[in-house]
Amino acid sequence: MAGNQFLMFEEEQRRIQEACDLLARAANAEAVLVIDKNGQEIARSGDTDDLDVTSLSSLFAGNVAATGGIAKLLAEKEFSGQFHEGEKTNVHISLVAQRAILVVLFDQRSSLGLVRLRVKKASEELTRIFEAIVRKMNQGSAQTQVFSEITDDDIDNLFSE
Amino acid sequence: MSFINYSSREINCKIVYYGPGLCGKTTNLQYVYNKTAPDAKGKMISLATETERTLFFDFLPLSLGEIRGFKTRFHLYTVPGQVFYDASRKLILKGVDGVVFVADSQIERMEANIESLDNLRTNLEEQGYNLDKLPYVVQYNKRDLPSAVPVAELKAVVNPTNVPDFEAVAPTGGGVFDTLKAVAKLVLTELKRGGNG
Ligand SMILES: Nc1nc2c(ncn2[C@@H]2O[C@H](COP(=O)(O)OP(=O)(O)OP(=O)(O)O)[C@@H](O)[C@H]2O)c(=O)[nH]1
Ligand SMILES: [Mg+2]
Repeated sequence: MAGNQFLMFEEEQRRIQEACDLLARAANAEAVLVIDKNGQEIARSGDTDDLDVTSLSSLFAGNVAATGGIAKLLAEKEFSGQFHEGEKTNVHISLVAQRAILVVLFDQRSSLGLVRLRVKKASEELTRIFEAIVRKMNQGSAQTQVFSEITDDDIDNLFSE
Repeated sequence: MSFINYSSREINCKIVYYGPGLCGKTTNLQYVYNKTAPDAKGKMISLATETERTLFFDFLPLSLGEIRGFKTRFHLYTVPGQVFYDASRKLILKGVDGVVFVADSQIERMEANIESLDNLRTNLEEQGYNLDKLPYVVQYNKRDLPSAVPVAELKAVVNPTNVPDFEAVAPTGGGVFDTLKAVAKLVLTELKRGGNG
């Protein structure tokens, strides 16, 4: 990955959103989240009004990081996914393109089998999208120059109050 | 790894508070949480033991305002300071954009400070980061305690590279926001430079 930044562009954001919406419908899910591995939300779909997505994102990322650490200690390449069964809500967690975390929340209207199937398809599409982002980042498109125009005053203004 | 979203026009950065056990990392975040307006913060999450020692991390999301039409969001994390939680500390450091080292000013914690600072360097290096190239500030916490070492002495030990440093008493907030602002500013300045950390 070039530099110490990850960039999201409008076109890819839209494609990720579409992939999320499609997955939520096709899997009969309550909600779908796409989260950056470092815990930042990338996209959400479905019934998310009552979800604290910011908190969830950081916890899912922590969870995936911890599981990855465990896999390493056990000399496993990585665990392909996780499933948590709740009384009402079940959670399916998987890693996409080594970069993002795909979370599907679902209840008895769906099933683990269906979710797994649809996640597989969605992961392929999401992987293609993330590859496209990395290509764009490497090209260093003009958009990425915006920040060189930030002045010290801009930064100071953030903290003046 | 800052995350810049040109679609939602957001900048997301990750700041990690590091330091020995009981030095006051969690207390820093609690103070920031308590003093921040509701619309500028999310929930603070603490994964802690029954005795309130950090087990995995504390997390506090903050929004600082806009810069050139981009919303700036900072995600603050603390690591668990206890020595045996090293595996967890490594995980929390992943994707870090800025580091605050919180030193415990008490004379009896000098060794723990040094050990923790060494550990920070090692763990960063393992992931390809160099502390000297990262946005990084030092906080001398617990200035209110009688056994606090004079700042000059502390500085010689925990801030040999002379990065921005601040005295603090985290429970009552002295120095807490100065520390946060300084590291946030360094992170944004790094972003402006193009962030090749
Ligand atoms: N007197 C005094 N006490 C402090 C200060 N800062 C923190 N404390 C106290 O020190 C204790 C430990 O603080 P924490 O913030 O939990 O420490 P921590 O660094 O998060 O510890 P770990 O989670 O184990 O790594 C608490 O009882 C705090 O109230 C300070 O500046 N002065
Ligand atoms: Mg703590």
